[in-house]
Amino acid sequence: MKYMTKSIEELHALLKEGKVTSKELIKESLERSHEVQEKYNAFVTILDDAKEVEVTDNLLSGIPYGIKDNYSTKGILSTGSSNTLKDYVPFFTATSIENLEKAGAVAVNKTVLDEFGMGGTGTTGHTGTVLNPWDKERMCAGSSAGSACAVAAGVYPYATGSDTGDSIRKPAAYCGIVGYKPTYGMISRYGLFPFASSLDHAGVLSRNVKDAAIVIDNMKGIDKNDMTTWDSKDVHLYESIDGKVEDKKLCYIKEICDIENYPNASLELKEHLENFNKALEKCKKLGMEVEEVSVDKTLLNALASVYVVISCAEATSNMSNLTGIIFGPRGEGDNYIDMMKNYRTAGFSPLIKRRFVIGSYVLQADNKDRYFHNAQRVRRLLVDTWNKLFEKYDAVILPVGSGPAKLLDGSKTVLEEDDTTALEEHLQIGNFGGFPSITIPDGFVSNLPVGLNITGKCYDDANVLNIAYALESVMDYKDQIAKEVK
Amino acid sequence: MDKYKVLIGLEMHCEISETNTKVFSSAENSYKDEPNSNVRPVDLGFPGTLPVVNKEAVKKALMASIILNCKQPEFIYFERKNYYYPDLPKGFQITQETKPAPVGIYGELEYECNGEMKKARINNIHLEEDAASTDHYSRYSTIDYNRAGVPLLELVTYPDFRSADEAVAFLETMRRIYQYAGISEADSRKGQVRCDVNVSIMDKDLDETKEENWGTKVEIKNVNSFSGVRDAINYEIERQIEAKENGTYDEMEQQTRRWDEASMTTIYMRGKVDAIDYKYFVEPNIPKFKLAESWVEEIRKSIPVLANERKHTYIEEYGLSNYDATILVKEKSISDFYEETIKLGADPKTSSNWMTTVILGHLNKYELEIKDIYLTPEYLVELINLVEKGDISSKQSKEVFYKILEDKKSPSEIVKSLGMKQIGDEDTLRPMIVKIIEEHLDLIEEYRKGRNVFDFFVGQVMKQTRGQANPSLTAKIIKEEIDKR
Repeated sequence: MKYMTKSIEELHALLKEGKVTSKELIKESLERSHEVQEKYNAFVTILDDAKEVEVTDNLLSGIPYGIKDNYSTKGILSTGSSNTLKDYVPFFTATSIENLEKAGAVAVNKTVLDEFGMGGTGTTGHTGTVLNPWDKERMCAGSSAGSACAVAAGVYPYATGSDTGDSIRKPAAYCGIVGYKPTYGMISRYGLFPFASSLDHAGVLSRNVKDAAIVIDNMKGIDKNDMTTWDSKDVHLYESIDGKVEDKKLCYIKEICDIENYPNASLELKEHLENFNKALEKCKKLGMEVEEVSVDKTLLNALASVYVVISCAEATSNMSNLTGIIFGPRGEGDNYIDMMKNYRTAGFSPLIKRRFVIGSYVLQADNKDRYFHNAQRVRRLLVDTWNKLFEKYDAVILPVGSGPAKLLDGSKTVLEEDDTTALEEHLQIGNFGGFPSITIPDGFVSNLPVGLNITGKCYDDANVLNIAYALESVMDYKDQIAKEVK
Repeated sequence: MDKYKVLIGLEMHCEISETNTKVFSSAENSYKDEPNSNVRPVDLGFPGTLPVVNKEAVKKALMASIILNCKQPEFIYFERKNYYYPDLPKGFQITQETKPAPVGIYGELEYECNGEMKKARINNIHLEEDAASTDHYSRYSTIDYNRAGVPLLELVTYPDFRSADEAVAFLETMRRIYQYAGISEADSRKGQVRCDVNVSIMDKDLDETKEENWGTKVEIKNVNSFSGVRDAINYEIERQIEAKENGTYDEMEQQTRRWDEASMTTIYMRGKVDAIDYKYFVEPNIPKFKLAESWVEEIRKSIPVLANERKHTYIEEYGLSNYDATILVKEKSISDFYEETIKLGADPKTSSNWMTTVILGHLNKYELEIKDIYLTPEYLVELINLVEKGDISSKQSKEVFYKILEDKKSPSEIVKSLGMKQIGDEDTLRPMIVKIIEEHLDLIEEYRKGRNVFDFFVGQVMKQTRGQANPSLTAKIIKEEIDKR
């Protein structure tokens, strides 16, 4: 490993100075891809014929990166990690990937995800489980499991991800890297396989905050093919990072962070929250005000159900195009109904089928008001609550999950006796509101990385990134590469 | 029939044919191209594709809403109607349910039926996308995705029609509105208009304003022509009366049937319990859109003069009969043609006579549209002027008309090539007539004795001019010359 553990800024400087060529970077990244595939099973496709490109003034030019396999890529297998699309080669490229191509970025592989982004373990892709590069007995979390694994393992400085509940930000924490999803509509979703359209965000996994900013600057932009995009031509994330945070105000939520909420807390949870408190102290040292706020526990406890109802409902409908008739391996059958049924029965994993059943149930005429409409009402309440916080604070800062990456063998995982739902699932609020939200590593528990999350109000991405950058600069976890601890 | 009242409600689907592109896709909106050539990835539901609203389609839908005196919503939303069918690649149709409000709710429309003005209440009108068109053969089916995503307006009325005549008269009125407003060709032969019909009967002495008195609603799906609507309604009324008469009506459930053109009957499809749950929800990929009042006003002002207003003008200003005016506005293309001739200076009555007799007679006989024949408004005016100037006789003008269509030449060219032009100037005719009279002075004597010699002289003039002398001018000069002597 010579170059692929470096940051985008460093690589760009080396390329410009002629100390390394794009071709050499691609070669190294491809070699590393094969090693990581062998060890952790992170990729659906490795693009061995990736070609070098001219190095321009664009920071991304000539540098390899990875694409989550739910982005449509012209002429390149795009499976969504599902058997339903195991041979699907699209004839158009997602807008955000086209934007990266224009910047001169070089894709070297397509990364594994939980089938169509539905799942938070990295275990449900059709090519098998993605292993955590810090500990192969643990999960990467999901759904951007392959992207998180590859970036952490030093395959390249960044990979694209997508985030419907926490699919970028949780794997980032479990793999000790940065995961950022910008404000809803900053990046086009055209060509991103949908899971739940009102919650789906494109985003990036990287090893430092500035790299994340550089990548999003190049992915974003209004798109005539996506009506939910907005014009961000005046937003320059990378340039706006200056590390000045003296007058910033942060808040954290008592009902989520206070150890008192968890009288039976495991040692890992205790360490995780202590870690978080240390990070808060660092924020204060940087000159930021940090305050504890209180949010109705009932509301917080409802968020996971709200997410399940809305995301499953939208997913059921979004994936109705998967019939195996126009694309995908056509099912056997004497009529179109049997053909569709057989294709879907064979193609989808049990997890997805369960979610389809839930989605269908909550949308049925008799249940819709009780479940779907109520979920939308609570979503609105949660978003309003967060927007109220943003009137006073620049961002909400919270720990990610209840500790480090969970063991793949669930039977060995020590389950928390207390209710940690809000702690595990609060990242979903970032999707409910379309808020800019970033996870950065904030330390280690049991020798494994853990993370914290910073979420701000819509369109305030620069502020959120700047806070994350300042905090990252005073901690020791920037640009870290996974080392197997066992 | 005397013992029962009939309640009929309509759902009229009409494609918006006058937009360049489809309603949520940049593919061309054209019915006539090679199958599966106007297709974008979104029309086939490829993963990652997203709908993009065509503002022009929304504008036309709002125009229809305004014309139908509906209330427009504060926000425009779209919803998903979820079901599986091969003609629906996404697995859902993007449409508008009544909640949140579609482009129009609670309107009403006056229409004329057998000379009487009637009123129908509109429940709602909404904008949606059409499905692909399918053709079924014995061993296989074909699908044409050109139609997938074509903008479609669905109009839902209250059960305000009491007969098939009323229902069809309403549909005819709507068809004209769509045509005149530039929303759609509304041509059922092109599959642009499709109807669902609700029919129920109730005892005549009961109060129809009370819903509990209504009979069992039967919905008839996919009636694709207005004559089909008439036949389906009449068949269904008979069927339901028969059930009343033989005592089986009360067992009849609320149901959906389909109209079978071949057997001219309605066929049972499904009962109420099998009704499909479409699991509607708001389309998340189309942000809700605040409808500016100024835009609605702008659209209101841009509504063209519609059939009824034109008809009024024809009667009041041009002095046409109600009968002729009705015929002229029936098809917009005819009315447009007629108005063009007026603009070019034709006498409204003369032009109307041409349109309603010769021209429409010809079009109807050969099932042609006005744009299919070689006649333009300019040519018709030219033809009318040739007669008025006395260059040709009115009898000759009919011959010229058919020759225009046949030879594809202008009226004056035809007149010239047939050597038909009348001699209509006095300077040529008078010396000729004087000469003829002088050669037959004996006949003047006869004339004074009371014999009709007129025809003889006219005959002589026609003989010498090979029939090209203007008859009335000829007669006038002959009379003058005889009287002189």
